[in-house]
Amino acid sequence: MDQLAALAEVFAYLSLLTIGGGMAAFPEMKTLVVDVHQWLTYPQLIHLYSVGQMAPGPNMMVVASFGQKVAGFPGAIVATLAFFVPTGILTYVVGLVWEKLANWPWRQSIQYGLAPVAVGLAVAGTISLGKAAVTGWITAAVAVVIFVATLETKLNPALLILAGAVVGVALLRG
Amino acid sequence: MSEAAVPGAPKVTASLGQIFGAFLLIGATSFGGGVVAYLRSSLVTKHNWLTDVEFLELMSISNTLPGLNATNMSILAGDRLGGWLGAVLAVVAICLPGFLFMVAAAVAYGHKGDNPLVTAALKGVAAAAVGLIGATWYQLGKKSIRDYFDMVIIGLAVLAIVQFKLSVPETLLGVGALSIIHHRPGFIKKKETTHEWISSLR
Repeated sequence: MDQLAALAEVFAYLSLLTIGGGMAAFPEMKTLVVDVHQWLTYPQLIHLYSVGQMAPGPNMMVVASFGQKVAGFPGAIVATLAFFVPTGILTYVVGLVWEKLANWPWRQSIQYGLAPVAVGLAVAGTISLGKAAVTGWITAAVAVVIFVATLETKLNPALLILAGAVVGVALLRG
Repeated sequence: MSEAAVPGAPKVTASLGQIFGAFLLIGATSFGGGVVAYLRSSLVTKHNWLTDVEFLELMSISNTLPGLNATNMSILAGDRLGGWLGAVLAVVAICLPGFLFMVAAAVAYGHKGDNPLVTAALKGVAAAAVGLIGATWYQLGKKSIRDYFDMVIIGLAVLAIVQFKLSVPETLLGVGALSIIHHRPGFIKKKETTHEWISSLR
């Protein structure tokens, strides 16, 4: 029960940090999940997070797998609800009043001002993930090739991630 | 909010079953991210439930608020189509397939996570994820930079988190406030057009 309450608290907090997307919350997710609560080791977190990039739908469903690891299926439900309900209610309420704010000049200032901050938070999250996932020249080469392939081809990103798995099996054993 | 829809746009509603089905299909087929593009193709192109202008309006709310764009969009579009119950069904439906996928992944990982082959595959997956996420944000970053100062803001936000280990709320209070003040009313340089934004989705 204590674990469920802790899951709810951690993932509700993390959800409020996802300005512009889930990546913004990554550094603090690592701190809370790995260092503070020790629910997972850092490699476990990286593995599940990366598999989460293959899952269909919103790209933070990885929180369900964290909850599942910590407290079984109830944990998966609690972590997911905690992650999506608070921001969901906020969005619903702001959606109701948004039209009324149409002529409020700061609305667009907030929108334009937060856009580059969101990019910076995501870049910082990607750097944290990269520090843990890029451990040698093979993983560095995989990251660079997938970066270029994502920008230059129309291949489905899930296939690119699977290609990473194939390279891993072939070259990263032991 | 349905009453306050974009002026002149016809008020469209859909049955709760239709809403659930459409969002479930998006949630089950949008492998590899980029869910917003799937949302647009379903809601605007396939079902004609929203116009591009309405979609953009909902998207701008989703972008500004915390929460994922895909789930925020589902809530706002679901509400527009079927009230609060539509919003709930839309967000549950879009999350459900990925939720089951990741629960299964966690269970499988518990059984096979220390298998050397699985560990090797996951190392490759993690490296690929870095490349994919980096590329996604490179593309989004190019779109959201309006002037050189925005690049300074991106750099400051990265430094705040990576170098100075500040939390996201602290970074928002400092760098976020600076950026919003920079874009204060009267100083907006470039107005984004619907057309530009939509072509950027393709």
